[in-house]
Amino acid sequence: MLSTSRFVSRSLLIVLCFIATWIVLTGNAANGGRDHKKLVTDANRVDGLAAWEQVYSVLTSPRCINCHTATNYPQQGDDRHRHFANVVRGPEGKGVPALNCVSCHQEANADSTGVPGGPGWHLAPLSMRWQDTNDKPLPSAAVCRAVTDRSRNENMDGPALLKHHQEAALVLWAWNPGRRPDGTMRTVPPLTHAEFVNATRNWVDAGTPCPGGNPRAR
Amino acid sequence: MATYQLNVNGQSKKVDVDPGTPLLWVLREELKMTGTKYGCGISACGACTVHVDGIATRSCVVPVSLVGNRKITTIEAIAQDPVGRVVQNAWVEKDVVQCGYCQSGQIMSAVALLKATPKPTEQNIEESMGGNLCRCATYVRIREAIKSASQQMT
Repeated sequence: MLSTSRFVSRSLLIVLCFIATWIVLTGNAANGGRDHKKLVTDANRVDGLAAWEQVYSVLTSPRCINCHTATNYPQQGDDRHRHFANVVRGPEGKGVPALNCVSCHQEANADSTGVPGGPGWHLAPLSMRWQDTNDKPLPSAAVCRAVTDRSRNENMDGPALLKHHQEAALVLWAWNPGRRPDGTMRTVPPLTHAEFVNATRNWVDAGTPCPGGNPRAR
Repeated sequence: MATYQLNVNGQSKKVDVDPGTPLLWVLREELKMTGTKYGCGISACGACTVHVDGIATRSCVVPVSLVGNRKITTIEAIAQDPVGRVVQNAWVEKDVVQCGYCQSGQIMSAVALLKATPKPTEQNIEESMGGNLCRCATYVRIREAIKSASQQMT
């Protein structure tokens, strides 16, 4: 009787130990899953931020940022000096009557006279300024927040931003900027257009992360 | 060389020129319309201003190949435009011209301004005419003539 009782107790203890072990193991596994997921998310964000820095290097190149000013005028040249001839932004970023952007900038580059051109030549809106009022490029985080803030970027989500970088005529112009008045070619952004699009895609796929966090949930 | 059919002051004009030839030189050298002036050649002074589909355009930097079938209006025909006529009369009334070299461009810009903004503010005039240089510095009279034309347009 005593041995039977001892046998039952031992069996119960073994079963309890097994259950406890199972609970602990499965619990660890579940936690490990969360950790794994967190690791994957962190890695994704790191990759996304790296991709964003590539995008940022293009956005702050003269071919792009010269028309993303915070001032009443566009810039020109690799030294990003103020546009000559007293050109001003105007109410819609297209200059003013008698001194419109299209008074000189036609639908295509004018290589014989050195004036760049593309469809609908205009300044980016002030909501898309990527410089401060002293013509200094904003930090990466600030530009990222501007680009991803749908209240400022014409309501573009990640895929729309990718499409913009892939297809917008004035974006494409940056890689076909034509000749300067002296006949030499204008410089292009630091990445090829294909590299730029690929970096944008990686950034978008990672959820368009920004250094220091995004402006709002999208 | 290539052949272009241009619409200049309501007339069709055929020219045979290099595609990169600036519109200014097509007007002056090919069509012998010398009212439009060469000043700087880099769109910095406004002496070469004409209208292309109503937009004030610096003809010295626009290759003829990019004009297409848009309507070109030069100083020679601006008096046929109601606003152009008022502006020219105001120019005479205020005795704006000194040497006169820049004035065809000044008038073309003033007409473009007043068509878009019939009642321009001082800032409107400053910004729109700021790209038209006058070596005689007739700026005060230009400003007065624009204001006079604006009043006459009401």
